[in-house]
Amino acid sequence: MREIFTVANKEFHDGLRNRWLVSITVIFAMLSVGLTYFGSAASGTLGIASLSTTVASLASLAVFLIPLIALLLSYDSFVGEQEGGTLLLLLTYPLSKTQLLLGKFIGQGGIISLATLLGFGASALLLFFQLEDEAVLVTFALFIGSAILLGLSFTAIAYLISLLVSEKSKAAGFALITWFLFALAFDLALLALLVGVEQGLTQQGLTQLMMLNPADIFRLVNLAGLDSSDVNGALAIAINSSLSQGQLFAALTAWVVLPLTLAIFIFKKKTL
Amino acid sequence: MNSPLVSLTNVSMKYKKLDALTSVNMTLNQGEVLGLFGHNGAGKTTMMKLILGVLTPTEGSIEVMGMSPESVEAWHMRSKVGYLPENVSFYEQLTGLEVLTYFVKLKGGSGKKVQQQAIELLEQVGVAHAMKRQVKTYSKGMRQRLGLAQAFIGKPKLLLLDEPTTGLDPIATADFYQTVDQLKTQGTSVILCSHVLPGVEQHIDRAMILSSGKVLAMGSLAELRQQANLPVVIKPVGLNGSLCSDSKLTGFLTKQANVLHVPEQDKLATLRHLLAHDSLHDIHVEPANLEQVYQYYLSIDGQPSQVTKAGVQH
Repeated sequence: MREIFTVANKEFHDGLRNRWLVSITVIFAMLSVGLTYFGSAASGTLGIASLSTTVASLASLAVFLIPLIALLLSYDSFVGEQEGGTLLLLLTYPLSKTQLLLGKFIGQGGIISLATLLGFGASALLLFFQLEDEAVLVTFALFIGSAILLGLSFTAIAYLISLLVSEKSKAAGFALITWFLFALAFDLALLALLVGVEQGLTQQGLTQLMMLNPADIFRLVNLAGLDSSDVNGALAIAINSSLSQGQLFAALTAWVVLPLTLAIFIFKKKTL
Repeated sequence: MNSPLVSLTNVSMKYKKLDALTSVNMTLNQGEVLGLFGHNGAGKTTMMKLILGVLTPTEGSIEVMGMSPESVEAWHMRSKVGYLPENVSFYEQLTGLEVLTYFVKLKGGSGKKVQQQAIELLEQVGVAHAMKRQVKTYSKGMRQRLGLAQAFIGKPKLLLLDEPTTGLDPIATADFYQTVDQLKTQGTSVILCSHVLPGVEQHIDRAMILSSGKVLAMGSLAELRQQANLPVVIKPVGLNGSLCSDSKLTGFLTKQANVLHVPEQDKLATLRHLLAHDSLHDIHVEPANLEQVYQYYLSIDGQPSQVTKAGVQH
């Protein structure tokens, strides 16, 4: 346990030193405060937008940003140390591969979780004081909770990439492709399937397919509770038959645990 | 008798198609320094990784301090093993002190002593003056010293050093060997891998020469010299013409003037004979050095390995 903490502490401080925490927090805070205030500008009014509009816009932005940031933060976690030679050295220390991986995960996951909490929490508080509605806190708690899980999920996926390749530049390339697949291509493919194949997909089937993408689960969590007028595309259909929030959170948690377990498995098999 | 600290029995290691090591047998006793020599890719680093438990041998068995190094029980033993990898670039954005503190903590240090222990180690290798600077500002030699400091954490019982003196200036190299000698007297066993042969010999007890994953020779330097049967070089000064005319010496004469190559067993007789000359006013005696021994063993192996090289090309 002490070993995990030592590694986590080092990774967390690296995140502080490299200004990751500050920059991610600032990006999230500016985005969310901006969207909260100016989100309704498109419809011709200025001022605080409705809660559902705000969360809908935040969710559709976060779903692109959070995976990208998590992948950027963690793609070189292992391959970088492998290239530097410190990975081999660490493995000769009284420290198991599982401990090293979990330590890194806690440290880097801590950075992304804290940044999400601070960045989006800021606008939650702002909105709460303006609207004086407790629903704000509940909605934002769900939003921030699922955003953290989304970030952790892509941190774990980044570890998979980092452990499977042997060069840092390749890891960067794969990270970009992964982001593109999960954040963009998957939805386009779903949409194509919906439109192109008549009667090919039931509502149930669509929702099940969406469980294959953590980004989509995140969308479902945050858009399910909102007025459907703020949601469009494939999602609107899926939402109507959507699973309970508990099930969605369980699916999102599985998207953290499974890649992480797989990463540990691959790390154990890896020879240096 | 003490059981050996490290023992390798019939160890072979194969990477896909490459035979990195072929049936290696080796033992290392407590307080012994073993020099590991061989060309690039001879299997030195692979052997170190096997002893460290990072790799599992394809055949044979390894015991370090009485247990298999990759086993779960061997975990606590790892805090008593120090390793300096051949190429390591430490976390560039951290300071030297932060890097070492991290490693001390991972080796089991805790509390306030960690910082102090790290500073002591940095002082020992002579980079304490730069400990508050980021590693990216360090020179090659300073990085190497930082690596050494890391290997010395926790007074290890076993040290594996891969090219420890690359990048070190002569004074730092001398300091390093002094530290090795010191650790040796404290009972630390050392495996030392080096390309730089001069200077190593007086610090190692035994040498192992590897080539293409095979052990070409192993033993103390005296034993290796004897096996190789390399001549002692004797340079008498002041005899000039009488060397050629002396029937006892003509057999040892070389193309170089006034240089005799004498087999080890004839050394004393020849020396006595030379000392009897009145005109002799100085004499140099040089036994074969490590480099010559090394080259001798590689040259025996040279023929077959050239054949395989040619075979690969076609």
